[in-house]
Amino acid sequence: MEAQRSKITQNRDRKQLAWGMAFGIAFGFLLQKGGVTKYDVIIGQLLLTDFTVVKIMLSAVLTGMLGIFIMKNLGWVRLNPKSGSAGMNIIGGLIFGVGFAVLGYCPGTIAGAIGNGGLDALTGGLAGILVGTGLFAAIYPRVSNCILQKGYFGDLTLPALFKVNDWVVVIPVSAMILAILFLLERAGL
Amino acid sequence: MDYLQEIRWSPYLAGIGIGVLSWLSFLISKKPLACSTTFAKSSGMIEKLFRGDVVEAKPYYQKEKLAIDWQWMLVAGIIIGSMISALLSGDFHWQWVPSAWSLSFGDNAALRVAVAFVGGICIGFGARWADGCTSGHGISGTMQLAVSSWISAACFFIGGIAAAHVLFSLAG
Repeated sequence: MEAQRSKITQNRDRKQLAWGMAFGIAFGFLLQKGGVTKYDVIIGQLLLTDFTVVKIMLSAVLTGMLGIFIMKNLGWVRLNPKSGSAGMNIIGGLIFGVGFAVLGYCPGTIAGAIGNGGLDALTGGLAGILVGTGLFAAIYPRVSNCILQKGYFGDLTLPALFKVNDWVVVIPVSAMILAILFLLERAGL
Repeated sequence: MDYLQEIRWSPYLAGIGIGVLSWLSFLISKKPLACSTTFAKSSGMIEKLFRGDVVEAKPYYQKEKLAIDWQWMLVAGIIIGSMISALLSGDFHWQWVPSAWSLSFGDNAALRVAVAFVGGICIGFGARWADGCTSGHGISGTMQLAVSSWISAACFFIGGIAAAHVLFSLAG
């Protein structure tokens, strides 16, 4: 009985690993077709000469948001927002941003860049990310109870913050994204 | 099937595709698309090869277990999917120095690799500090309207835009 149950769990885990790989292949395919597996496109975004990255991200967020909030209302999915704090998200975000500009890839697009033949990504970039995450693991005990807790707000969402129904936020955010995309196109960017 | 052989799709098509993919990953795997934890786990697994089980005792690896999981397979899949797309369109090239880099800093591969290494350290460290990256916070977290993700995504771009302008102004 026990053995049978663990076999069922094992099969389910294996199936989920296969799904992970399948989603990854589709994600990598879309990133490459979108052009963001290339240094030139990413650095062009940060230099504000090429808005491909923002267009992909905003259209993904708009599409994804509408779908997952409908599915949430139907009871099909449960959301899983990350906990955060000012100390985590502002400081970490800014350090990440500097690395984003210096490396020219992010953790997802560097995997795509490797698949696209980027040798700078495969050598220096990948090695650097592994060293950087290892360094964080090494200092984690020293920061986890102080600076990472500064301004802690937990897994707060915008609707919870404003104490409103989800759609009171989803609709204006959708309108804002559409307006930004419209203005980018009209400016010829 | 011509569109599979196109080098570039409209960014909106790629973005909508990623949005639909995130519906499916929530629905089927109950997980958001995210990448950076995988690099932390891989870093720990590599360290474990050299230093043994003591690595697993580190508090951070108690929180993020050293094992190949769903997200690890996702990141491996990204490499494969990107390669399939590039090969189908003839857009696959081995390249040490990207052209936007060489226009400003020359085509010395060692310089580019060294700078990529430094940038990689910052982005790996920052991603773990912020608990997410451009996909985990920037796409999957913002679409869930998480406050942590909107702040992080804003800081990724504030830091990135500022640093890119400083870096490229050095080249003159």
